[in-house]
Amino acid sequence: MALDRWIALIILLICITYGYTAFFTMDAGMPPFMRRSPIWPSTFPKTLAVLGIIISLSIVFGMEKSDANIKEGDINYRKLGQYKIGQAFLLLLFMVAYALFLRPMGFLASTTAFLMFSGALLGERKLLRLLLISGLSSGIIWYLVQEVLGIFLRPFPFF
Amino acid sequence: MIGLGTAFSVTNLLMVIGGCLVGTFIGMLPGLGPMSIIAIMIPVAITIGDPSAALILLAGVYYGAIFGGSTSSILINAPGVASTVATSFDGYPLARQGKAGKALTVAAISSFSGGTIGAVLLMIFAPALATVALLFHSAEYFALMVVGLSAISTFAGSGQVSKALLMTVLGLIMATVGEGALYNLPRFTMGIMDLQSGFGFITLAMAMFALPEAIYLVLDPSRSNPGEGNAEIKELSITRREARSIVPVIGRQSIQGFFIGVLPGAGATIASFLGYAVERNIAPKEEQNQFGQGSIKGLAAPESANNAACTGSFVPLLTLGIPGSGTTAILLGALIALNVSPGPRLMVDQPEIFWSVIVSMYLGNLILLVLNLPLIPYIAKILTVPRTYLIPFILFFTLMGAYIGQNNATELLILVGFGVCATILRFADYPLAPLLIGFILGSMLEDNFSRSMQLYDGFGFILQRPMTLGLLTLALILVVLPTYRAHRARSRAKGLADGD
Repeated sequence: MALDRWIALIILLICITYGYTAFFTMDAGMPPFMRRSPIWPSTFPKTLAVLGIIISLSIVFGMEKSDANIKEGDINYRKLGQYKIGQAFLLLLFMVAYALFLRPMGFLASTTAFLMFSGALLGERKLLRLLLISGLSSGIIWYLVQEVLGIFLRPFPFF
Repeated sequence: MIGLGTAFSVTNLLMVIGGCLVGTFIGMLPGLGPMSIIAIMIPVAITIGDPSAALILLAGVYYGAIFGGSTSSILINAPGVASTVATSFDGYPLARQGKAGKALTVAAISSFSGGTIGAVLLMIFAPALATVALLFHSAEYFALMVVGLSAISTFAGSGQVSKALLMTVLGLIMATVGEGALYNLPRFTMGIMDLQSGFGFITLAMAMFALPEAIYLVLDPSRSNPGEGNAEIKELSITRREARSIVPVIGRQSIQGFFIGVLPGAGATIASFLGYAVERNIAPKEEQNQFGQGSIKGLAAPESANNAACTGSFVPLLTLGIPGSGTTAILLGALIALNVSPGPRLMVDQPEIFWSVIVSMYLGNLILLVLNLPLIPYIAKILTVPRTYLIPFILFFTLMGAYIGQNNATELLILVGFGVCATILRFADYPLAPLLIGFILGSMLEDNFSRSMQLYDGFGFILQRPMTLGLLTLALILVVLPTYRAHRARSRAKGLADGD
């Protein structure tokens, strides 16, 4: 089965779970006065669940035939090994690490580290220049966001 | 004449120039849309004291922010606001072809034309349109949004309609997470506190567009630096043929965008998506295939529509005192703080404010064009930055956009999760724009649907309001027609192959 049909199958499962919640569990704790209303908090989700199930089933069963000349994706997912999948995976890990360390390490250190490690991973070998640009950019952006725009960003770990 | 006199004073000219510049530069940062920038500028405007000068400054900021948002959509595929999502459909492919300079020029000219035509229409039709806009009830808004979503699902072309529809429904499903529009009850939050207010728009926009693109750039280094060594990046001019092709698009979409902008709640987002959908659907078959691949028409349509709609959204604000969008709601707050009461009496009691705002719209658009055109080659140079710097910075701005919008580190984890899912969807050729559009329109759609259901005690509103029925029929035709055409074309081709 092609990837698009697998994805449709996963979305079908999501829609079934969503629909089950909308039809059977969501209205359980609803106050009696709401029950007289023509619209419940679950009405719209129920409609969406039914629509989602019908459309995803039509894709799973291949009811709409795709034209042969539809453009292929630029990246062939069947040959991911030929691309720099390791770098992409590590960059995603860096992003997760940035999310986790942004508050404990402070904006300046975590941003400098993120920019520096990402640049080095992608092949930048002039590390001193990379460190300088990363540090300077972090400082300028922090100043613009916090001091000019007034949006709080904790600069250092402890304040 | 009163407006001309007020707007052309030295102070007010400086206000327009300053507002446009501030708006453009801050608007380029993903995560800071016109609404946030205007909110930031309100204290400055109040300090000025003079209501006309303050409003002129805020109008300049508004237009500048919209143009700035288009710049980040075109250059790094990171639409910071919903109304510039459609700009990225063709703007970014053009930038990838080394035509960033040309794309920015088309965007600037279309924005200028849309805004200027909108200002002319505002001047002529403002009082009459305010009355018509009030005839639109929640049932019509609901139907109008369904038409918008159906039109968007036909973007993807034949063989893709069901995929686009599924993405739209998925976007609508995601919009229901969090507190409901009707009863403020948390729904589908799975007990997670951070989901109480739903998914952040910026997070989702970054995850759908900027992050997958950055991952693609990492996976395939040959996609990086499209403009490196390419003379076209500096080329700003558009050919006579291109100009001829976009003039009717700009004209049509400026008028359509303006009238959509007049409807309270519809705004620039719907105008830009509908503008794109309409132009794609009426284009000749061979041009339709270019939409999404770097079509100049596909860029001019949403840009002119969203600027004209922004001007249109001033109609209910200035003539009725009803804000048609979040941005105009903030402007209303600023007006009240400046002791100005917008409404039918504004034109009579304080004509200098009413007309100076309209004149400042012409000026703002003109100044944006004059300021931005010479800067375009320098802005477009962003794309010649080596990938070892460009990709980390795209990722960083993506993260920052999601973070400063909500000030919540969990958003960053959600961003990465959705970004990975979006990349997999892109591998399988699922269009991502309908998902985001469904998400953006989801809460408005449910809100209007719920209100109509309550007012008519059920689904009766569909039959009792002819305009609603007409719009919903149009939506059905939009979905069914491409599938039927594709089916008929395949049957014919099969017939020919069989020798019938």
